[in-house]
Amino acid sequence: MPALCRQCLTTFETGARCPACRSPRVVAHPELFDLTIAHMDCDAFYASVEKRDRPELADKPVIIGGGRRGVVSTCCYVARIRGVRSAMPMFQALKLCPDAVVLKGRMDLYVEISRQIRAMMEELTPAIEPLSLDEAFLDLTGTARLHGAPPAVMLARLTRRMRDEIGITGSIGLSHNKFLAKIASDLDKPRGFSVIGAAETETFLDPKPVGIIWGVGLVGQEALKAAGINTIADLKRWDHADLVRRFGTMGDRLWHLARGQDRRAVSARRPVKSISKETTFREDTADRDVLDGHLWRLSEQVSARAKAKDLAGRVVTLKLKRADFRTITRRHALSDPTQLADRIYREARQLFDATGDTGPARLIGVGLSDLVPGDEADRGGDLLDPEAGKRMEAERATDAIRARFGPDAIRKGRSLR
Amino acid sequence: MKFSIERAALLDAVSQAQAVVERRNTIPILANVLMEAGEDGVSFKATDLDIEVIDKTTAQVERPGGTTVSAVLFHEIVRKLPDGALVQVSEDQAAGRLEVTAGRSHFSLATLAKEDFPVMASSDYDANFSCNAGVLRRLFDKTRFAISTEETRYYLNGVYMHVAEAEGGRMFRAVATDGHRLARVDAELPGGAEEMPGVIVPRKTVDQVRKLLSDDDAEIAVSVSETKIRFATPQITLTSKVIDGTFPDYARVIPTGNTRELKVDAKDFAKAVDRVATVSSERSRAVKLTLDEDRLTLAVNAPDSGNAEEEIAVAYGDDKLEIGFNAKYLQEIAAQVDLEMATFLFNNAGDPALMREGDDQSAIYVVMPMRV
Repeated sequence: MPALCRQCLTTFETGARCPACRSPRVVAHPELFDLTIAHMDCDAFYASVEKRDRPELADKPVIIGGGRRGVVSTCCYVARIRGVRSAMPMFQALKLCPDAVVLKGRMDLYVEISRQIRAMMEELTPAIEPLSLDEAFLDLTGTARLHGAPPAVMLARLTRRMRDEIGITGSIGLSHNKFLAKIASDLDKPRGFSVIGAAETETFLDPKPVGIIWGVGLVGQEALKAAGINTIADLKRWDHADLVRRFGTMGDRLWHLARGQDRRAVSARRPVKSISKETTFREDTADRDVLDGHLWRLSEQVSARAKAKDLAGRVVTLKLKRADFRTITRRHALSDPTQLADRIYREARQLFDATGDTGPARLIGVGLSDLVPGDEADRGGDLLDPEAGKRMEAERATDAIRARFGPDAIRKGRSLR
Repeated sequence: MKFSIERAALLDAVSQAQAVVERRNTIPILANVLMEAGEDGVSFKATDLDIEVIDKTTAQVERPGGTTVSAVLFHEIVRKLPDGALVQVSEDQAAGRLEVTAGRSHFSLATLAKEDFPVMASSDYDANFSCNAGVLRRLFDKTRFAISTEETRYYLNGVYMHVAEAEGGRMFRAVATDGHRLARVDAELPGGAEEMPGVIVPRKTVDQVRKLLSDDDAEIAVSVSETKIRFATPQITLTSKVIDGTFPDYARVIPTGNTRELKVDAKDFAKAVDRVATVSSERSRAVKLTLDEDRLTLAVNAPDSGNAEEEIAVAYGDDKLEIGFNAKYLQEIAAQVDLEMATFLFNNAGDPALMREGDDQSAIYVVMPMRV
């Protein structure tokens, strides 16, 4: 069986240890050198970055998250052993792990490191599909001759370089499609390298719960459970037509995925569907001025993202989570697409006023969707709002100042509230 | 209640009423039409709480009375009956049913008590006048395309009917705008309309009233108050609430300093715009107009699908001008020109353009340009 030493990248035929360096970090699989679709997932990315920069935290449970009121966005493996999970409310995490070091997170730094990792991946293949800052699909089909080594070797080299040059570890899932590669990368975390070959695909999947399928969340699992489907094997007993009748297009996807079939290509440019920003308050607030300040800041952030990605949106969404955790969302379609903070804010503010909600809120968010290319943005004026043109020019001028002197060079008064 | 009526007359009367009924109703009785038979005829009444239509028609009444049945159902049945059929309608009060018989067809429909049918509060009108149907039709037809559908600016969701001071004296004026284009149409002020308050007539009302205006010579009795407007023919009375809001000061939107004049055949222009816009898949297709010495070039550039260009001979003598517009807006305003050349007046690429038919000042259109 073909085998690869992840330590020294020697390839050989079967063995528990590397014949060259005696390392036990060996991955062996009959299809090891034939598979080309991979998923790379950094191990506890934000926490690892913090530990890298602050060695004294190495053995401590580290949680990255938004303050006392927020949720866990990442936690290190020490914290995970204690039961802390991503997306868990912070108070719950601290109950499980009172000695945890909670850090606010340094997004700019993570983005920078993500960019370094991305550059390394780009040396392997142009077909990269980032899912977030810390994970991506890679399609290495047809790169073996170029690199003089099969994809498995190049991927092992990638994680080794990440560890040695950046100080961040990652796990690799290697398979014959995206669905399985993503599952594989999760099998052997941290610092894992897992392979799911074509031959064992179905025997591997059959006993797994349906929740393993990406996109089947708790609600989806409930719906499937109601139909008597708990495992992938259960799913396979259904006719294609019956699944489609019951679950629509999702049924079609499920039928194929249950058989390990996923024809989605690794595409470098996955279209962005929406841009949104939200913030959870340190204390619940009903203060209209404070909320208005947040609305403006969030609108500005959404607008900045849209401008950076050269996109414009036709639908503005407001999200409001009340103190009792009930969430309301309101949306409004504009007559023409925008990328301006001024227009996004005005719509969001109108939506907010229309809710008539006066009670305290714990979260507020602004989103922009139904996206189109940026050159379609804000081309028409408003006859009834002649000031809109001036505000638009003011915003463009503000953008130009920020581009030159930095994001804090100029701000609106209301963003300071 | 029991009456018989010829199918065509019945269909006519019910059509008008059922059109007002909202297809989705949470209050069951609002889906019904109220029919009441009196000595000499039958009236059909329907409402969505904002608009109320009463349609009277003659019928042979055997037994006066009234009840309500599903408007859509009743209308469908009458529509499907053979032409020329005599329809017999009678109420079976004990069973709570309405029996409809025509030839060998028989229907028995569920009813709801007529006492539960909502009554629109009557109001005192500030002005009552008579207006020619053709005049009203022109006012509505030439403005309704510009009505806004945006709910946040609800006060633009209708046509603003009011008395305006114009150069030729006081006029009966209709204005609609969605912020991107504006239509302003004047008519002679009918006698008795002087005291009429300005009202915003909702889109749905405009659409419903339009059906009463097909006969050019008909006189429509119009009554207006601060909160309601009523249009009546001898058979049909349509009463509608008006939009409770203030229509913006549209006068400042209408450009007065536009001097660059373009004259173009409106139909050729609209067709050319339609042709070049084909290449763009965007929802807001932008057309670039280039004006130079009696020549108008229309161009659309869609990076993903291609580009198109067309040249039309026009009358234009000013400096070269490049200006962009939403293709749909241009087509819609060009479609308002019936007889003469369309006259466009421009200032520059960033300012609204004005359009009218020849030199006729009684109907003008303003359209906002687009960046291209």
